[in-house]
Amino acid sequence: MGLSDGDIQALWLSLQLASTVTLLLLLIGTPIAWWLARSCSRWTLPLAAVVALPLVLPPSVLGFYALLAMGPNGPLGQLTVTLGLAPLAFSFAGLVLASVFYSLPFMVQPLQNAFESIGERPLEIAATLRASPLDAFFSVVVPLTWPGFITASILTFAHTLGEFGVVLMIGGNIPGVTRVASVQIYDHVEALEYADAHRLALVMLLFCFSVLLAVYAFKPEPNRLGGEHDGD
Amino acid sequence: MTGIKAAFDLQLHEFRLNVDLQLPAQGLTAVFGDSGCGKTTLLRCIAGLERRACGHLCVNGELWQSAQTWLPTHKRSLGYVFQEASLFPHLSVLGNVRYGMQRLINPQPARLEQAIELLGIEALLERKPARLSGGERQRVSIARALALNPKLLLMDEPLAALDLTRKREILPYLQRLQRELDIPVIYVTHAPDEVAQLADYLVVMRQGRVLTQGPLSQVLTQLGLPFQLGEDTSALLHAKVGLIDEHWHLARVDFNGGSLWTRDPNLPIGSAVRVRVLARDVSLARELPSQTSIQNLLRGRVDSLGADSHPGLVLVRVQVGEQMLIARLTKRAAASLGITVGDDIWVQVKSVALLA
Repeated sequence: MGLSDGDIQALWLSLQLASTVTLLLLLIGTPIAWWLARSCSRWTLPLAAVVALPLVLPPSVLGFYALLAMGPNGPLGQLTVTLGLAPLAFSFAGLVLASVFYSLPFMVQPLQNAFESIGERPLEIAATLRASPLDAFFSVVVPLTWPGFITASILTFAHTLGEFGVVLMIGGNIPGVTRVASVQIYDHVEALEYADAHRLALVMLLFCFSVLLAVYAFKPEPNRLGGEHDGD
Repeated sequence: MTGIKAAFDLQLHEFRLNVDLQLPAQGLTAVFGDSGCGKTTLLRCIAGLERRACGHLCVNGELWQSAQTWLPTHKRSLGYVFQEASLFPHLSVLGNVRYGMQRLINPQPARLEQAIELLGIEALLERKPARLSGGERQRVSIARALALNPKLLLMDEPLAALDLTRKREILPYLQRLQRELDIPVIYVTHAPDEVAQLADYLVVMRQGRVLTQGPLSQVLTQLGLPFQLGEDTSALLHAKVGLIDEHWHLARVDFNGGSLWTRDPNLPIGSAVRVRVLARDVSLARELPSQTSIQNLLRGRVDSLGADSHPGLVLVRVQVGEQMLIARLTKRAAASLGITVGDDIWVQVKSVALLA
């Protein structure tokens, strides 16, 4: 294909960012999705709306607020100063943080649907079999909803891979630090290097197409309680 | 303090459950009622699945719920058999049966073996639940609950989701359970024949309240519009097969206070049977009838008289030995015989039904 070193570096950075964000979101998104699926609290609706915000908000708006928060006068910026850490803006860590919020609905919503679809009954059964709620989550809920986990992870990964606006706002364009593949393509186009842009864009296109194909082709056997047919 | 003391008050939308029960420490208690009477809700309260229920629950000396305490479900020593298939699809039959046992502080593998043997599921252990019939699934669910070695077994209409063939397949296992298990079982059902065949103790519920409760034969023979199992008023006797007359294809079943002849049920001598005697099949006589087609004659004493569903009829409860029978007479017949409480009288039983 003849990708340049800069292209490969940008692709590699994109993969690193997407993997890190997916892993972090599995940890953060799972409890949020569980709470949204189970709780009857009056706070579920506002939380659900906040989680869904990145779906409709222009990335530049999100990136702008993230930039303000991470800047020297923002709450996150001051926190990093107090803790003696490097500033978040224009760093890989800052990119991860913003992306976690940006990709949140892609993790939370499929998981929430999966949790809601199994209903209350499996948990009740597990409780009558001496399983504590946490035990029941790992021994029953996760095995029953793993297709939801796979879908959520793939969507999160692919979505993070494709983000552009947020990266540009808070990450800028620092090679090896924040210059991910989508930004690299933009650079190529700006510099009128259409051939380079084509190559990288094609890689991204093929990759995203295969991911989506995998998601749609992925049909797990139904995991309903007691199996799919009743009687004979 | 033995036995189960259960009192609950729970408001669910329009419905209110308000019960106060004192159940025996052993044997099978049937909770009977129409759908919507709150019998499943009662079971869920006992299991701790209805967090909002106020009340008091003490099981053979262990306090599970009171105004101050509330033991979460997973800490209650109970087994629960749900109405519909409730096996975990991602586990094999063996994995399902072991799921609960593995979580006990003091697991007893012998109990697991025993449960597998009692429900006859040895051949199914490697299968996934999806490959089982409805009846097999329910047997595995029961074995899974028993493997916990619980102090109380709760069963929510375990046969309701099955067709007649499957019901007949499982019923013998339940009867064995009822005979061999030394823990209390609370069995929710709306099927009169399951009550007649399985129950030792009966709780009748209506609209969230307890209508009546007591030992099965006692509840059935309470007069004053007695509780009916099925289409007619009847009494239930606990008896044993005592003698088989091969020539006439008859069997004699003996109960506490007498014996009755019935068609040979092909059971070995000594088998425990339940005998159902319908009130309409019982008649009374002052003198020993000399020539009659009725083979079963018992000597009893009139215990009480009660109203029946029709103003022309009367129900007479007669004590025979330690058991009660009910006879349905017309009021005119009762008057012409001059039946009064305390009279010694001949009881003719036209036919009886053996329930296994």
